[in-house]
Amino acid sequence: MTTYLIRGAAVLGGDPTDLLIEDGVVRSVGRGLTADGATVVDADGLIALPGLVDLHTHLREPGREDAETVHTGAQAAARGGYTCVHAMANTDPVADTAGVVEQVWRLGRESRYCDVQPVGAVTVGLAGERLAELGAMADSAAAVRVFSDDGKCVSDAVLMRRALEYVKAFDGVIAQHAQEPRLTEGAQMNEGVLSGELGLQGWPAVAEEAIIARDVLLAEHVGSRLHVCHLSTRGSVEIVRWAKSRGIDVTAEVTPHHLLLTDELVRSYDPIYKVNPPLRTADDVQAVREGLADGTIDIVATDHAPHPMEDKECEWSAAAFGMLGLETALNIVQQTMVDTGLIGWPRVAEAMSTIPARIGRVSTHGRPVAEGEPAHLVLYDPAASRVVEPADTASLSRNTPYAGRELPGRVVATFLDGRPTVLEGELQ
Amino acid sequence: MKHLLSAGDLSRDEAVRILDTAEELLGVARRPIKKLPTLRGRTIVNLFFEDSTRTRISFEAAAKRLSADVINFSAKGSSVSKGESLKDTALTLQAMGADAVVIRHSASGAPHRLAHSQWTRGAVVNAGDGTHEHPTQALLDAFTARKHLGGDLAGRNITIVGDVLHSRVARSNALLLNTLGANVTLVAPPTLLPVGVDAWPVQTSYDLDASLEKADAVMMLRVQAERMNAAYFPSAREYSRRYGLDVARMNRLQDHAIVMHPGPMNRGMEISADVADCERSVIVEQVTNGVAVRMAVLYLLVGGQTDDTGPDTSGSTENIHSDNEGAR
Repeated sequence: MTTYLIRGAAVLGGDPTDLLIEDGVVRSVGRGLTADGATVVDADGLIALPGLVDLHTHLREPGREDAETVHTGAQAAARGGYTCVHAMANTDPVADTAGVVEQVWRLGRESRYCDVQPVGAVTVGLAGERLAELGAMADSAAAVRVFSDDGKCVSDAVLMRRALEYVKAFDGVIAQHAQEPRLTEGAQMNEGVLSGELGLQGWPAVAEEAIIARDVLLAEHVGSRLHVCHLSTRGSVEIVRWAKSRGIDVTAEVTPHHLLLTDELVRSYDPIYKVNPPLRTADDVQAVREGLADGTIDIVATDHAPHPMEDKECEWSAAAFGMLGLETALNIVQQTMVDTGLIGWPRVAEAMSTIPARIGRVSTHGRPVAEGEPAHLVLYDPAASRVVEPADTASLSRNTPYAGRELPGRVVATFLDGRPTVLEGELQ
Repeated sequence: MKHLLSAGDLSRDEAVRILDTAEELLGVARRPIKKLPTLRGRTIVNLFFEDSTRTRISFEAAAKRLSADVINFSAKGSSVSKGESLKDTALTLQAMGADAVVIRHSASGAPHRLAHSQWTRGAVVNAGDGTHEHPTQALLDAFTARKHLGGDLAGRNITIVGDVLHSRVARSNALLLNTLGANVTLVAPPTLLPVGVDAWPVQTSYDLDASLEKADAVMMLRVQAERMNAAYFPSAREYSRRYGLDVARMNRLQDHAIVMHPGPMNRGMEISADVADCERSVIVEQVTNGVAVRMAVLYLLVGGQTDDTGPDTSGSTENIHSDNEGAR
C-alpha cells in the first residue's frame, strides 16, 4: 500500500503540520516528517479534517438507478470530502429487511469511494403500520444502528413509542422525519405570507414542531435515543433546546440548504427549490445557524436527494421534493457558519464527522486526526472558490439549487483508509 | 409587458391602458361584422390543462375577433393525457410558431414556468393557474365595475366574499383593485382566508353583515363542493346563512351598488337565485366584457410585438384605432 506524506496541513485549522499515512493509519503527526518512497502531498494552506460522515443520504439504489447508484453517490460523497455516508431506506424495494440492507452495504464496499452504512426502515414498506425486522437488520453484516422512515413520518404515536423502545436492545436510534401528515396533505412550500401570495399549499412549521415535541416527550418517557432529521424552523430549535435542558437524549441535524436558502426562492416557481421540509424564512435560517453554533443542533446532514431532470423540469406541484447536497455541503457550512464567525473548524469537524459517526455508532469514522487513528481525512482549501456548475458532479443527477452561485472553499483531497479517493480535486 | 402572469405585475398605467383599450374594442362586439384584422397571420394557442369552457371560449372569441389563427389544445384528447410533459407540449407549440400561449393549468405557477423557461418564445397569458391568479378575470371585473361606478375605481369600496384561500380570482382582484385605488375588503370564515393575508393590501372581515353598507360592489366567490368535506365550514346551510348573499342582505346595499360573480354560480349556496337575476346583478355583463378585455390583452401583448414582424402587423396596428374611431 502506498505511503502518503501530507506536508503542512492545518489540522482543524490549527498550526500546519505533517501527516504520515501508512497502511490505512495515520502513522505519525508532526513537523518535518520524512519517509522514503512516500508520495508527498503539498497541503500548504489546506485544512485537514477527519473524513466527513453524512447521517442522511439518498443513494436511490435499488430501484432508481437512473437518479443515483451507490457507486455514483459514493463518488459524489468523496468529492464532497465524505468518507462515510448513511444511505436512507426509501429505496425500491424499501430497505426494511436484512437482505436489502446487506445489498446496499455490499455495493458500498465494492465501490471503495466511501463507506456506506445503510439505514433501516422503521416500518415495513415505510407504510407506518408495523415494525420492520429491526433486530435482523441490526444483526446483519450491515450492522444497522440508524432506523428511519425518512420521506415519511412515523406519525402513529404507539408505533413510534415501540420503535424507540425496541432499538434500545441493540443501541439503535430512530431518526424521525418530523412531519405531521394530516397538516401537510398536498403541501408544497413553507406556509406563510408567500404561500398565500403564490397560491401554493402551505407546509406549516407547526407540522414539524408538533411531531418533535411529541417525540422528545416519548423519548424521555421510555428512556430512548431520538434523532431529529433535517430540523428547519425556529420553533423546532427551541423545542430541542428545551429537551436537551431536561436531559432528554435527543440529537438533531440541519441540512446545508436550510442554513443558506429561504422560501423567497420559490417565487421563481422553479422546482429546483422544492424540498421537504421546505425552505423556510430568513428568521428560521438565522435560528438554525444559531442552533448549530450553540450545539442545540448537533450535526449537519446533507439530505442529498438526487432526482432525474424530468422530475424537476415541470410544474412546481408535479415536481419531486429534494436537492443534491454531498458535493457542496462543506462549502456551504464554511460560507454560512465559519466565514460568518459563528463557529470554527474544530466545531465543523464535530458537526460533520465526529458526532454523526457517534450518533450512527460507526466506530471507525469521526476519529481524531492523530497518530494511530484510521486515515480517513479530507484536505480542504478555504481560500478557493468556485461557481457551481450543475454538470460538474459525480452524481447521476443535476438537481443542485446552487447553480451559478459562487461558493467558498474546495475539497482538494479525500483519503479513505489511507487511500486517496480524491486528489487535486479529481476522483482517483 | 411581455407576458400577463399576475395582476400584481401591472402598473396603474398599464392596467388603465388595458381597460381603456377594452373600452374601444367593446364597440366591435356591437357591430354586425365583429372582426378586426389586427392579428391576422398570428397564431394564438389556447393551452387548457384544466376544463374551463367559459374561459376558453372567451379567449377564443377574443382572438378570432382580432383575426388571429386559434389553436385549441386541451389536456383531454391530447398527448397530455398520455403523460406528455408541460415542457414537451411547450416545445411542440413553439415548433408550430405560436405567437402567444393562453394557458390554464391546475398547478399554481405553471404559466410563470412556461414564460421563464426557454421552452417557448411567445407571449404567455395566464388564464387561471391553480389557486394562484386569474388576471384577465380581475381585469374584466375591474372593467365592469368601472363602467357602473363612474369610470374610476379610486376610493371605491369593493367587498369580495367567500373562499379566498383557494380563489385565484380573489388574489388577482385584490392586487388589481388595489393598484386602481379601490379599497378592498375580503370577507370569509377564518378557515378560508390564507395565512399571511394581513400582508395583502386589503382589509379582512369575518362578518358579511358588517361589510355590506359601505360597499359599492359586492363580488361573490364560488364555493367548491369539495370544501364541504374538509372541515372548512360545518355545512352548506351554515355557510349560506353566514356568507351567502340573499335578498335581505342585498336590500341593505347602497342604491348604486352592484353584485358580481365570476361564475359558474352555485345558486342557493353563495348567492340566491333572486339576487343572481336582479337588476343590480352584472354577472351576464361580466361575460360580455370578458371578451373585450381579453381582446385588449391579446392586442397589447401580441399586436405590439416588434420581433418577427409579419407582413401586415404595422398596418393592422393602425387599423384598430381608425376602425374604432369609425365605430364611435
